[in-house]
Amino acid sequence: MSKKNQNIVKSVSGILNGMRLTLKHLFAARNLRKPVGVNKSNYFAQQEGIVTIQYPHQEIPVPEVGRYQLEVEIDDCIVCDLCAKICPVDCIEIESIKAVEDIGKTSDGTTKRLHAAKFFIDHAKCMYCGLCTTVCPTECITMTNEYDRSVIDLNEMNLKFSVMNEIEAEEKRIALEKFNAEKLAAKAALLKKE
Amino acid sequence: MLIALSILLFVVLYTLAAVYAERKVSAFIQDRLGPMETGKFGWLQTLADILKMIQKENIVPSAADRRLFLIAPVIIFVSVYMGFAAIPIAPSLIGTSSNMGVFYILAIISIEVVGFLMVGWGSNNKYALYGATRSVAQIVSYEIPAGIAIISAVMLSQSLNMNEISVNQGILSNETIKFFGIWDITHIGGFLAWNIFQAPHLLIAFAVYFIAALAESNRAPFDVPEAESELIAGFHIEYTGIRFALVFLAEYGMMLLVSMVAVVLFLGGWNTLLPNIGSLQLAIWTTGTFWGVFWIISKSLFLVLIQMWIRWTLPRFRVDQLMGFCWKVLTPLAFACLFISGIWRLLVM
Repeated sequence: MSKKNQNIVKSVSGILNGMRLTLKHLFAARNLRKPVGVNKSNYFAQQEGIVTIQYPHQEIPVPEVGRYQLEVEIDDCIVCDLCAKICPVDCIEIESIKAVEDIGKTSDGTTKRLHAAKFFIDHAKCMYCGLCTTVCPTECITMTNEYDRSVIDLNEMNLKFSVMNEIEAEEKRIALEKFNAEKLAAKAALLKKE
Repeated sequence: MLIALSILLFVVLYTLAAVYAERKVSAFIQDRLGPMETGKFGWLQTLADILKMIQKENIVPSAADRRLFLIAPVIIFVSVYMGFAAIPIAPSLIGTSSNMGVFYILAIISIEVVGFLMVGWGSNNKYALYGATRSVAQIVSYEIPAGIAIISAVMLSQSLNMNEISVNQGILSNETIKFFGIWDITHIGGFLAWNIFQAPHLLIAFAVYFIAALAESNRAPFDVPEAESELIAGFHIEYTGIRFALVFLAEYGMMLLVSMVAVVLFLGGWNTLLPNIGSLQLAIWTTGTFWGVFWIISKSLFLVLIQMWIRWTLPRFRVDQLMGFCWKVLTPLAFACLFISGIWRLLVM
């Protein structure tokens, strides 16, 4: 066969190969991909058919240990500030007011001694490293499986888990000052006595 | 008048369906789903698109040649639409049963080129002008192999009347029909009586015509005039709204028209696919006005589907490859078919 004829055969068979491939995909479109999570053994078995997952209608289940949006169970928080300290991007903002007496216990039995006047996590800054969840002594800060938060205003990304209004915070501060002053006075009185 | 209106309605409805089909076929070939949100499986998507386009502002660029710009899409669409007049839809159903049907269609399709050039020139945009000149060069070149391939079929039918060409490919024929020039199948009919099986070299002529028709309707792999990656949209880049829709309508109408011409000339027109087998008179049962409409439309839509399949498989030609393919491959092949047709007519028929 001359070189020119070989070229013709090669081109035609190339075109036919391509046409066969697309036809195969066209008919394989009868199979739809099922929203199977990565933890299932057949996750990689769905090689044929349409790969699109119709997202809002269908969702691929996310692994339980995945790192998604943070959630704080504020009743379990002892306001130790460890999470804010370890945060590499400083997205956690905590303001604490010392309580005059014990203000209850967390679900694991730790005594709470601080009021959480402010507990904000700015998810626009968060890098989802999950360090805060590992250092938390009461495991009140966790990562949920919610990953598709979208907001209109960027400020809405700043999740406010504890907001004490100004009057209440002022009350707590005055109570603390009073308590401290009383304590100081008692101490001074004790010193005078001696 | 009624036929003209029903053809117009049919072309518009067909275009809506074809755009939807194109999007779905491309999606399935690429393992996607395509439009899914508007209506069940997205079947209202193209209707929503056309409603949007109708409502859009009709923008004319300030530097454009206003009159040319406004009238060109109409010329493009009307030339394609007028081509449908000569297509026989059923044994007794045809817009205009002219004795010059084939010639008329070839001529009226060529007017589309004028429209393309008007679009490209009138837009006063470099991409539009590039697209238009490429389109004109391509269509004018590819009309030669297409025309010669058509002539090689016409030579065997000895008629330029589309309806007569159709009649000669089925059981209604007055002449004797021979399968491959040997076996008399005048009363058997079916696909055996189609032109491509009456004379085997017309299979090559059909392939040549089909490829040239792809180029004439600016379809991939011959879509250099529209080349999305180089010319953005090609000649119709400056168009919006209803005029863009008209150009689009013309493109899809052209796909159907060239498919219908191919069906009439090579694939038996409105003749049935099923042959008579002994007492099983399938060909007689499936011939008639309703069946004629059914067969020609389903055959043409099948060809349209193949055009889509080709578009989403093959990459675009380079301009020099495009011209080389036309002049060095298709034209000689078409001339060879013409030559064989002449000999066939003299010696075999």
